[in-house]
Amino acid sequence: MSIKLEHVNYVYGAGTAYEKQALRDVSLEIPQGQFVGIIGHTGSGKSTLIQHLNGLVKADSGAVYFNRENIYVDGYDMKGLRGQVGLVFQYPEYQLFEEDVLSDVCFGPKNQGLPKEECEKRAREALELVGFPEKYYHQSPFELSGGQKRRAAIAGVLAMKPKVLVLDEPTAGLDPAGRDDILDQVKYLHDQTGMTVVLVSHSMEDVARYVQRIIVMNKGEKMLDGTPKEVFAHYKELEAVGLAAPQVTYVMHDLKARGIRVETMVTTVEEAAAEILRVLKA
Amino acid sequence: MIREITIGQYYPADSFIHRLDPRVKIVCTLLFLISLFVQNSLPGYVVATLFLAFVIRASKVPFKFIVRGLKAIILLLMFTVVMNLFLTKGGAVLVRVWIFQITEAGLRISVFMAVRLIYLIIGSSLMTLTTTPNALTDGIESLLRPLDKLHVPVHEVAMIMSIALRFIPILLEETDKIMKAQIARGADLESGNILQRAKAMVPILVPLFVSAFRRANDLALAMEARCYFGGEGRTKMKPLAYGRRDYMAYFAVMSYVAVAFAAGRFLPFHVWIF
Repeated sequence: MSIKLEHVNYVYGAGTAYEKQALRDVSLEIPQGQFVGIIGHTGSGKSTLIQHLNGLVKADSGAVYFNRENIYVDGYDMKGLRGQVGLVFQYPEYQLFEEDVLSDVCFGPKNQGLPKEECEKRAREALELVGFPEKYYHQSPFELSGGQKRRAAIAGVLAMKPKVLVLDEPTAGLDPAGRDDILDQVKYLHDQTGMTVVLVSHSMEDVARYVQRIIVMNKGEKMLDGTPKEVFAHYKELEAVGLAAPQVTYVMHDLKARGIRVETMVTTVEEAAAEILRVLKA
Repeated sequence: MIREITIGQYYPADSFIHRLDPRVKIVCTLLFLISLFVQNSLPGYVVATLFLAFVIRASKVPFKFIVRGLKAIILLLMFTVVMNLFLTKGGAVLVRVWIFQITEAGLRISVFMAVRLIYLIIGSSLMTLTTTPNALTDGIESLLRPLDKLHVPVHEVAMIMSIALRFIPILLEETDKIMKAQIARGADLESGNILQRAKAMVPILVPLFVSAFRRANDLALAMEARCYFGGEGRTKMKPLAYGRRDYMAYFAVMSYVAVAFAAGRFLPFHVWIF
């Protein structure tokens, strides 16, 4: 169930005054079960990139393979693909529309043609999986808090039982506590279900703690691709394009520059603390 | 997906025409349109063609953008031409098929009518292509100012227009995102009969309305927070002011109108029946 992009190019508004190349020769492969972060600035092409993963946007040139099948061949089951690759957009307001949360979450499975009981069963499972409190199941989705809306929106996609979950900036507009809650929940989801998770963000800090692999996008091109440690080793280059490595990376480099012989390849505060303690005790 | 639809179709460029005061462009477009409709002879249309070509050149807007506006009226154009062609009587009969006949006058009038309509669309597209919607409403507001005396709420109407124009691209983009979000959840917007399709629109319209109302609310709040209370005594950061090039443009258009009128009236220049 891997996803593979080969030399994908995409141009926005071709033939108008606002023509813009959003993706330039992007190739990558995401194996089943990986937890991937995609990082980049606004306009770096990251949102366009993920819309290729479920065929919402069709590449101008290049190919996208899901499970080794080319999704651009005639008669490919796009609706099926969208059930397999669940995409949650940045703002939950864009998808919540039903009278209560439970029926809203049922929308996806209903579109897959499942019977009513099965839809509701899946909806309840999905809501439970994202930690949505049961007392709100029959409340209007418009009256929820930002964090709960986000959970409802993620559940709305999870209820289709996708193999791959793609989240576009799931933490935008949330306070730090809400942000950690959602990301912890996503991590829990990944560990529980073993599904592939693609997390789009512009914050290194957010992503560094959770993902196994980071893809950095810059001006429509894939700039870096590797484990968080590998990617943050290029912190100077990241800085040059206006992205920053996590703050601990800077702290560790500064410490080293001042003669404290710490290992700089750490990505989280916890790792950094352990590393500093190790050096101090030695 | 939906991004292709352009309303207000402004084409950003830096040209003489772009920099003109919007009032000049509105008035001159009107003059041009009137001149087209009083024109009735070949020399007059030759002058109009030359003038239009000159303005298109000066606007730096690629020709294909200008012609794009014509697609919308192709049906109307064909209808007018066909009606005029067969229903106008006068002069010698050129072609006769069964009960239909094409006369000299019919051919003449339908050709002139087609040219008029095409130039009319090109002329007004040129205005909207070179003027931002906001500048356009500014111009309209300023031109309609005298109506204030008759207690017409000119400022309010202009404000409503500019807000509406401002929100069209935002709401279009939002519609696009909402559609994508629902398609990602397996929504089917393309198949089924009319009733099913109408029903399939609900998951799109509800979030769209909710968002439009939220935005309207936010905007009203932001305007009130900055003490907006309508047009009375309100000044502008960038008031419209005529400059040298605006007078030049007025002069050029007036000259065109005069030349076209004179050419149509006094040049005895005919090709066949035209």
